[in-house]
Amino acid sequence: MKGGWLRIYAIAYLVFLYLPVVLLPLFAFNDGTVMAFPLKGFTTQWFVQLAGIEALHGALLNSLFIALVTASLSVIFGICAARASTRYTFPLKAPIMGAIMVPLVLPEIIVAVSLLVVVVQVFDLPLSAWTVVAGHTLICTPFAIAILSSSFQGLDQSLEEAAIDLGETRWGAFKNIILPLVSPGIVASFLICFTISLDEFIIAFFLTGAEPTLPVYIWSQLRFPTKIPAVMALGTVMLVASLIILSVAEYYRRRGIARVGGTDSGGFL
Amino acid sequence: MSIISLQNIEKHYGDYHALKDVSCEIAEGEFFSLLGPSGCGKTTLLRVIAGFEDVSSGTVLLGGQNMAGVPANKRPTNMVFQSYAIFPHLSVAQNVGFGLRKAKLQPAQMADAINEALEMVGLAGFGERAAHALSGGQRQRVALARALILKPKVLLLDEPLSALDKKMREQMQTELRRLQRQVGITFILVTHDQEEALIMSDRIAVMFEGEIAQVAPPQDLYRRPLTRRVGEFIGVMNFLNARQIDVSDGTVAFDIEGLGEAKVGPDQLPEGARAYLPVVGLRPEAFTIVYEDPKLRSQRIVEGEVLDLSYYGDMTYYEVKLDGASAPVTISMKNLTTRPVLERGTRTLVSWDEGSLVVFAA
Amino acid sequence: MTTDARRGLALISPTVVYVLLLLAAPLAAVVTFSFWTQDFLTIDRTLTLNNYREAFTDPIYRTLMLRSLTISGVVTVVTVVLAFPIAYFVSFQVHPSRKALWIFLITIPFWTSYLLRVFLWKVILGFNGVLNSGLLSLGLIDEPITFILYNANAVVITLAHAFAPFTILPIYVALEKIDRSLIEASQDLGESKVTTFFRVTLPLAMPGVIAATLIVFIPTIGDYVTPRLVGGPNGLMIANMIQTQFLKLNNAPMGATLAVLAMCAVTAISLVFVFFNRRYLR
Repeated sequence: MKGGWLRIYAIAYLVFLYLPVVLLPLFAFNDGTVMAFPLKGFTTQWFVQLAGIEALHGALLNSLFIALVTASLSVIFGICAARASTRYTFPLKAPIMGAIMVPLVLPEIIVAVSLLVVVVQVFDLPLSAWTVVAGHTLICTPFAIAILSSSFQGLDQSLEEAAIDLGETRWGAFKNIILPLVSPGIVASFLICFTISLDEFIIAFFLTGAEPTLPVYIWSQLRFPTKIPAVMALGTVMLVASLIILSVAEYYRRRGIARVGGTDSGGFL
Repeated sequence: MSIISLQNIEKHYGDYHALKDVSCEIAEGEFFSLLGPSGCGKTTLLRVIAGFEDVSSGTVLLGGQNMAGVPANKRPTNMVFQSYAIFPHLSVAQNVGFGLRKAKLQPAQMADAINEALEMVGLAGFGERAAHALSGGQRQRVALARALILKPKVLLLDEPLSALDKKMREQMQTELRRLQRQVGITFILVTHDQEEALIMSDRIAVMFEGEIAQVAPPQDLYRRPLTRRVGEFIGVMNFLNARQIDVSDGTVAFDIEGLGEAKVGPDQLPEGARAYLPVVGLRPEAFTIVYEDPKLRSQRIVEGEVLDLSYYGDMTYYEVKLDGASAPVTISMKNLTTRPVLERGTRTLVSWDEGSLVVFAA
Repeated sequence: MTTDARRGLALISPTVVYVLLLLAAPLAAVVTFSFWTQDFLTIDRTLTLNNYREAFTDPIYRTLMLRSLTISGVVTVVTVVLAFPIAYFVSFQVHPSRKALWIFLITIPFWTSYLLRVFLWKVILGFNGVLNSGLLSLGLIDEPITFILYNANAVVITLAHAFAPFTILPIYVALEKIDRSLIEASQDLGESKVTTFFRVTLPLAMPGVIAATLIVFIPTIGDYVTPRLVGGPNGLMIANMIQTQFLKLNNAPMGATLAVLAMCAVTAISLVFVFFNRRYLR
């Protein structure tokens, strides 16, 4: 068999990766509140329970709102920066790009703390969903730039020049040629930013106001053993939802590649 | 009347001087080539004409109009890009019709125009194909149709054949030439391939390091290169050290190393030159290996030794060290069954054509 | 300035302004705060190094800082060493048509909520957890093992899991970029498979390994959730103390000082690491 020992190791590694994930649905459908084996029996009561928790619904809506705004802002900032850096040369380009990418190499707690200091101590503003959006956009923008840069990088610059040569304006060439060609990158970066924001805990924990985000809500529930099965059910729902989103995104990405005649090189990320 | 007039064009990129005082007139309906090694500024000059590069100083007149401040999308020029720049997300017909959007045609008229353009480049019936499913040659035809459909005053071609294989390239050279005669539009071709420029152009501008070295029709360029560098770049040229020994009545006498004395008449001398380089040029075909009876030996025959040879089937190129010369010369001979191919080390007689001597201004 | 330069600057300016306002300015504020002191409910705005003095002398802070660095270091080494063979396997031994599937398989677990993944490790490693009950029922152990939860070991295991895809992917990308004919050339020139790996493959994969190392090391220093959930009192790290200072003790200046120190430590170690790699691996 090809691979031999490496293949065995790879399979063991996959088991390690999937160990916690497999437990999630197991305990979500387990008819008992103790997180231990042996399992007690099958139940869907925890999923039913989810529908009745109003605090959860509020947190979910709050998180979705934050993720939507964050992803939109990050993609816009990302398009500006990625386009500027791949198409133009300008003074101080390297330090500017470096500064924009800094949040990528900063522990999130530092971002959280520094924003907290400014919002609360310096300006004495109330914390709200918007302060979380501010923090999330900061950490998502570098991801959007990274994904979009590779989309813009792959474009032949003469495509834009050809459109201008054929009578389009600069903006027309961008809208009709560049944007359609990088749209898979835009969709991908939007979904990545959306997911990062939805799952982010530390910044939300520090900057959220009276209305918690979903991870902050989950965190508050983890202290109460009786609430945990419902959290497991929630986690299962979220996992399934993100896998569906991911599949849709992958489908569009492949269609985008097929449309421009490229060859598929690897999956998401 | 010239359709394009370039007047004292200068272009700087920071410290880099890309175009140095370039002036040139290009006639209407002409197939004009910009030829030079990579980095000589030929593509920059083409992009200046297209409007993709600003000039640092100088004037571009197009059809008598000053192009300063006119953006690329408003100029009566269209370009075939080196990469062809076929929009990958559009069909062939959408690519070809891309520039017609502004013309506000009826859908039927638009379709007719597209079909006509596709027919012209030999792609009739390809309209609905996806652009990315085309071969290199087909992409190039789409790029041509897309530019020609707008009936530009000047078509600009940026190394359009460099991505094709040899056979395809030769076919496209003939076809481009035919197309240019058919539409009657001025074509400006950028190329680094001297053979391609010679085959296709009415006139060629040879560029080195941001300057135009010579503008001439292909035959003149080959036979009368103005500078040593142009002679070296176009085809093969032998350079022999020569001492100027006499000037009288516009005729100059040289003592050429390995060949002896020769007189060069006024029509063969570079125009307006006051002094000449101590070197003369001779093409390989200006020499002939002498196979006849050595008794026929005349004044214009010298002796030498074959150092090396390259056999090409129809031709043989010999490296011959002429007696008294410091470096060997290259001699080309057509292979005939009656003439044996000489071996290395053979001593041979060589005749040469005085009328082919090229003299360079100092 | 050329037109291109102006266009580029105009285009990038919204992003730059955002980063300046929401990152540069706040970081400057944190640095300023670190030189102030908390005086019960008000902040004493005289500039002083007292916080730093306290951070270096008080054993609590020192222990937490050193522990954070140690745990991050161990996590980084463990994660990268465990991940490299997987990246190598997928890049070199998996058939090209199945590579995307493998990468997909590796990334799927990470679409589970981060909090829940960490929490589930607590469930796995706990006294009555999955691991212990499994081992007990198999008869491999007589009583539950306890050295794997609520200590640094648990933090290392959990973080190694959390950062797995972030290490595998950069290494995989670097390995994919290696021209396969280089491997053949090396073997043609007389190297064995093993020596080829060390003389050709590994040096060429180094950029990916370095990226992976930094990607793990930097965020783990500031990780809050994992030490809190599975670390126990002896597994807590500097982020937990920063949080305590800010949100529980209401001592923002001390929290700021610890944040600045953590930031400096991360930057210094990362730079040293990158420098040594440049120096010795070229």
